[in-house]
This record gives sequence, C-alpha cells and structure tokens, in this order.
Amino acid sequence: MSDDHDDSPIAAQVREFEAVLEARGLVDASELDRALEAFTHRATPANGFRVVARAWVDAEFRARLLDDANSTLPEVGLSMGGGLQPQVLHVVENTADVHNVVVCTLCSCYPIALLGPSPTWYKSTAYRSKVVSHPREVLEQFGLTLPDDTEIRVWDANAESRYMVLPRRPSGTDDLTEAELAERVTRNGLIGTAAV
Amino acid sequence: MPRINDVGGLDGFGPIDEELDEPPFHADWEAHVFAMNRALIGRGIYNLDEFRDAVERTMSHESGYYENWFRAIQTLVREKGHV
Repeated sequence: MSDDHDDSPIAAQVREFEAVLEARGLVDASELDRALEAFTHRATPANGFRVVARAWVDAEFRARLLDDANSTLPEVGLSMGGGLQPQVLHVVENTADVHNVVVCTLCSCYPIALLGPSPTWYKSTAYRSKVVSHPREVLEQFGLTLPDDTEIRVWDANAESRYMVLPRRPSGTDDLTEAELAERVTRNGLIGTAAV
Repeated sequence: MPRINDVGGLDGFGPIDEELDEPPFHADWEAHVFAMNRALIGRGIYNLDEFRDAVERTMSHESGYYENWFRAIQTLVREKGHV
C-alpha cells in the first residue's frame, strides 16, 4: 500500500508491522490496495438509498426484499457476497405502529455493502449499551421523537445476520422519481436513528 | 479480567457522540489496519471468529476502535507463530 507521512506513534507501528507481514509474504501491497478500494469505493450508503427508493415505488420488490433480501438485492445490482463470510441480510420495515433500530451489542456488525463504513457512534459502547435498554431516549438524542404508542424494535446484528431498516416513505413525495426519492434517504434512516 | 463485550443494557458508558460528515477513516493508518485484517482473513491466517475473540480479549475501552483492531491482529499473528 502507498506510504503515508503520519508521524504519530501508532501510524509508525502500523507501518512497521505491515512491512514485517509483507516481508514474510503474509500480505502484499496490491492486495491491501484492493481490499481498501472495495471498501471505500463500492460500499457506500448510496446503495442502501437505492434499495429503499425501489421498495417505495415497487410493492412487489418491497415484498420480495422483506421476505428474502439476499436473493432480491441482485435485482438492483447489489449483493451481500464479497464479505469475509456469508451474511444474511434482514430488511425490517417501519410502519405507522412500529419503528426499527439496529445495533450490534457484541461488537460492530453492520451491513457495510449497503451502508458503507459504520460511523464511530455505532461502534461505541455508549450506543451499544443504551439503545437496547433505553431506545426511546437514544432516538431522542438523535433528534427522533416517536409517539408514545409507537412500538420500538431493536435488532441485534451478529456475524451471520445483518439488518437494514426500510424507512417509511415521507408524505408529499408522490411526484418524485425513484432517483429523487433515493436522495431523501439518510444513512441514519437505514440504521433507524432517523425517520428517513 | 472479565470480558465485557456484550454491553447491551449496561450503564455508565457516557453520552453517544455523533460526528457530522464522519470520514470512513480518521487517519491513513486506520485504513491500513482495516485492509491488513481483510487480507489476513482472506488468506486464512485466522478467521473472523478468531479475530473477534482476539479483539474482545485484548481490547481496552480507552483505546480507539482501530487501535483495538491493530492489537488483536498483532496478537493473532504472533500466537499463530508467523512473526
């Protein structure tokens, strides 16, 4: 991988260790570049936005997506493959009565292929510990206040199962195209810490 | 030392800090750690479960996310006798 000029001790330690791995033939530079390329260029939340927009305009796609996301993603040119091991994606739908939110209490499991790299707060012990016991409070911290009678479902991801929220389509969007609808979706909406 | 990785429902971890427009990596070395781990798992030097186990048993709540990853990677590569 290309060198950087970060003088911090940890940056130096990482450079040294990487050099040792390369010298032992355990990794090679082009392989590292490829791994990073796949992560930063192909995996972005725009993928999730597209899936949501399609589900909003195509009821049959939506039904297939909720039933079996892994087999439905290829319809929009996406897949849950390419990760380090097979993962089942569950798409959970927000409704008038139910709001969904995703966490990984054990570590930081996240559908990177659809949402891109996870934000630091998602990986923080503060979020992971609190969203399961006080979800309503946590959502309020993110600026999302739900009616008292809305049921909140918290989904705990793991190595085999990943979750993505299908937000409710905002009102007043009947005239928007699929591409315009995709622009209305946010990363936090796909995690459940925002309405859309 | 007890392992407290399953933190669901525990109290006392402070506020949730949301960083606006957060980049995928905060420094280049974090990207290197990420790529290194993917390559090593891809080569079968260790698997994802072993990696998570290593993160859990070597992690410090005072360290950053990718610092903990780096510690786990070093630990596994050493334990498996590669360095």
